Amino acid sequence: MKTKKEIYDVIMRFLFLIIVTVVYMAPFFWMISTSLKPNYELYDFPPRLMPSRMDFSNYLKAVQRFPFFVYFRNSLIITGGAILGTLLSCPLVAYGLSILQWKGREIIFFLILSTIMLPNIVTLIPTFLIFRKLNMINTFWPLILPSFFGHPFYIFLIRQFLLTLPRDLFEAAKIDGASEFQIYLKVALPLIKPILLIVALFQFISSWNDYLGPLIYLMDEKKYPLALGLPQFLDRYGTLWNQMMAAATIAVIPTIIFFIFAQRYLLESIKFTGLKG
Amino acid sequence: MKKSVKKIQKILTILFFIFPGLFGLVMFKLYPIFASLFFSFTDYYVTLSPKWVGFENFKELFQDFLFLKSLQNTFWYFIGLVPIGLIVGIVLALLLVKDFKFISFFRAVMYLPSVVPIYAFAVVALNFFNPYLGFVNGILAKLGIPGPLWTSDERLVKLTLILIAQWGAGQQAMIFMAAMKDIPKELYESARIDGASKWQIFNKITLPLITPAILYYFITSSILALQFFELPQIMFGGGPNNASLSVAIYLYRHAFRYGNMGYASAMAWFIFLVSLLISLLYFKTSKKWVIYG
Repeated sequence: MKTKKEIYDVIMRFLFLIIVTVVYMAPFFWMISTSLKPNYELYDFPPRLMPSRMDFSNYLKAVQRFPFFVYFRNSLIITGGAILGTLLSCPLVAYGLSILQWKGREIIFFLILSTIMLPNIVTLIPTFLIFRKLNMINTFWPLILPSFFGHPFYIFLIRQFLLTLPRDLFEAAKIDGASEFQIYLKVALPLIKPILLIVALFQFISSWNDYLGPLIYLMDEKKYPLALGLPQFLDRYGTLWNQMMAAATIAVIPTIIFFIFAQRYLLESIKFTGLKG
Repeated sequence: MKKSVKKIQKILTILFFIFPGLFGLVMFKLYPIFASLFFSFTDYYVTLSPKWVGFENFKELFQDFLFLKSLQNTFWYFIGLVPIGLIVGIVLALLLVKDFKFISFFRAVMYLPSVVPIYAFAVVALNFFNPYLGFVNGILAKLGIPGPLWTSDERLVKLTLILIAQWGAGQQAMIFMAAMKDIPKELYESARIDGASKWQIFNKITLPLITPAILYYFITSSILALQFFELPQIMFGGGPNNASLSVAIYLYRHAFRYGNMGYASAMAWFIFLVSLLISLLYFKTSKKWVIYG
């Protein structure tokens, strides 16, 4: 039997959860609702919550002004390249900083880890100048290449995961005469797949959502990812809110699809981060 | 002889594994820190070579009306974003920490906006808070309340941005939730038997035991607040009348629009020093308020 107080608690909790849901979903509801409004309903006051009739032509018009597939492809190339780089470099470095035994290991690990607290804007200008010297401005390289040289947070995550594996596994392979790289490929990598998936998801989000990087490195519109394409639409056609919101909806759809696939892993990822207080 | 060959082999193996990390550390972290320090003492237009000017850039910064304005704005972002994000994050975590039916749906709802690209969210938020066409003032008007000029009033625009940033609070809520889940259940049970109220339980058990997560949140969110860029840049370009101009936006303009790498580096180092100072302050005081269980 539940007491009256318990039932009251459950109802209050649900009420709050529903309020939170409404608040957190409102911008998305508004985005879709505005994207379907005919022009003549755009400037009604007070604004209509829902269009009186759905005008899907906004999407067609938006796609004509907004080369979605070019931007989408560019975002995909940048993100794919960065994920590849991360998956090639981070587990390798993490292995070297956890399974291999050597003097000075902890110092190097601590140095790499401490750069997490470095504000990005300190490194921004010299990094830009490096890529300028390398003639890589207005290419995707500055957005992809750094990921081939490890990311401190991902190295940290993979290292923590490697340290939980039983050492005997690695010793046994060594006694069988396997080289360190073979052990890494055949023993370590298959075992750390769960954390690699999380790291790949994090890298996806960070590259796909990056705005400042493309903003400083890419000038040519044909090379724009969604991050630059969408705000440019705002600058040019900012008053055509229904088309603008249609473009935003199209730009958000890949993320929603990604989220449906990845949310289970993302919501559980905290287990691996060692931030459990 | 054989021993030294083995030793060299071992060193080469280690180098093979850690090389990418070492190279990244030197090339993309250590070198840039010192290079930007050097640039901050130079007059450096992007296509020319740097000319040493001593402390000129820093002196100029504190006579530059726009820099001071951006510093003041960044101060308000910091004052708003860090504590409000803490409260919203903890409230969300408290709501979502208990497992029951449909909870994963609610958790997904709260987390989704932090995954949506900020450049898309900024564009949507601009319409959402539009004083005449937007959702917020539309609802207020239906309730008979005249809505404020969220996006065009100089005095309000920073508050609007701080509110919009709260849609990303799912991020810290996740961290607080994980910390709450680690608190032993027995603590809650014995408190309940002793007749403690909900507020007492929160204040005496939950809050103290998530302080390590709060310390982590303070450090990371402060660094982000000091570099607040995307939302004010995409939505307002630093306007109206520089009311949303952050140091990061002003730095971006000088470095990448005007090509003043020296002057912009001075700003970058100034923010770096402030962030170091703040992190140090958190660590120093943490002995007094962080409880390691």
